[in-house]
Amino acid sequence: MDQNNNNSRRDFLKKSTALAALAVASPALAKAAEHEERITDLFEKMSLKLEVNGVLHQLSVEPRVTLLDLLREQLQLTGTKKGCDHGQCGACTVHVDGKSINACLSLAIMNNGKKITTIEGIAKADKLHPMQEAFIKHDGFQCGYCTPGQIMSAITCVREGRAGSAAEIRECMSGNICRCGAYPNIVDAILEVKKGGMPL
Amino acid sequence: MINFEYIKAATIKGATDARTKNASSQFIAGGTNLVDLMKKGVTAPEKLIDINALPLKQITADAKGILIGALALNSEVAEHAIIKSKYPLLAQAINAGASAQLRNMATVGGNIMQRTRCSYFYDITMPCNKREPGSGCAALQGQNRMHAVFGTSEKCIAVHPSDMCVALAALDATVHITGPKGNRKIAFTDFHRLPGETPELDNNLQKGELITGVHIPANSFDKSHYLKIRDRSSYAFALVSVAVAIQINNEGRIENIRIAMGGVAHKPWRLTELENFLQSGQAEMGWFKKGADLAMDGAKGFGHNNFKIKMGKAAVWEALWQASKKI
Repeated sequence: MDQNNNNSRRDFLKKSTALAALAVASPALAKAAEHEERITDLFEKMSLKLEVNGVLHQLSVEPRVTLLDLLREQLQLTGTKKGCDHGQCGACTVHVDGKSINACLSLAIMNNGKKITTIEGIAKADKLHPMQEAFIKHDGFQCGYCTPGQIMSAITCVREGRAGSAAEIRECMSGNICRCGAYPNIVDAILEVKKGGMPL
Repeated sequence: MINFEYIKAATIKGATDARTKNASSQFIAGGTNLVDLMKKGVTAPEKLIDINALPLKQITADAKGILIGALALNSEVAEHAIIKSKYPLLAQAINAGASAQLRNMATVGGNIMQRTRCSYFYDITMPCNKREPGSGCAALQGQNRMHAVFGTSEKCIAVHPSDMCVALAALDATVHITGPKGNRKIAFTDFHRLPGETPELDNNLQKGELITGVHIPANSFDKSHYLKIRDRSSYAFALVSVAVAIQINNEGRIENIRIAMGGVAHKPWRLTELENFLQSGQAEMGWFKKGADLAMDGAKGFGHNNFKIKMGKAAVWEALWQASKKI
């Protein structure tokens, strides 16, 4: 919906800063000006609904909060990793309405009403997801930091029919960087899941 | 990231009105470039106008061509059956860019609007006339391996980073625009600007205007190829790229040809003179080589990027050959 709010945050900031400048004698106001970001944040939080791993959440965020920070800091779902925070490494890969995206480049508020799946949401009770099993079997990681993102990408790669060959897998997985260099084993794990033909 | 006001536009008019009212506002669709630029402090809009609810996702084809809504995702366009069969150059170019995750987020309009990846533009401690007009261009004397060799100015030698746009330039696309003064269309090759004296302007959009879609006219090209040369085999920006669409007649002559390059200029670089030269010649290696030798005429290197001139010729030759071999 369109909201043409005339009292923008910056207008408020300008006013509060001007007031503070006039009222230097007032320590309370001066302090308020110093912490204007924090104060205005109270006015700026927006509500959103997200379904994360099958659980509906009613949340409140500043517009600048990314989906990645929301997942990690508000929902304590720290399986999704912050690698580069600039969409270059893929450690933050999650599924939004079934598609892999970089959570670090997506503003949380723009995901209102969407269904999110993170690495925490793919196992069924005590049973690991077939892709998780395959990564363990093929030793598809060393330090493990990139692994949640690798697995989330690997699932959509197979699901979308782009895992027909090792070359095809390397192409569709190119947005997930592994500095340990576990690539050959990651490709093997994905090939095995693909050959298994299990619905993911 | 500096905080900002966020609204979700319900109508196209609501979006363009909001944009017109606030000079420091910006539209956001996929956000893959804009959110990154905001994190880096390169840009700090007061207000973001989310356009994702606007009815601009449709892809509609008819006998005259195909109209791709500005909000169609890059991945949707590359996977679209008609685009894959009739405009495969576009699908190939899109798949050559970014990563699977980014193509799932990025829209066609946003791809066109993405900003240069010049490292000095991104580094707010360095001078950059595009980011801060009048501050100078650090790339001229700096690390300019990735930079332009065509259409540069003393103010800016940045390149446009898109692969998709190179294909659209080759395919004679038109950008559909709406704004406070109504609707208009711009030829794709006229949409982006050369840096000249005003490198801060990437394109010819006017205040408040919004891209609504891109139209590609129906064509008779039966073969095409997008060749991208980069530092690794996937998920890297082009050093040089070449889009070729070609129609070869029964006698093996070039009936119709389009060539555009990426990674060489501030905009997708269409090689009209080379097209005219190659037209009517025999579609074989020798003729392609003759043409390719002319492809980089007028190119100027800045030190680290001198290699692009030699590489450009070889890339054009290879792209012509690859395209002509396709069945």
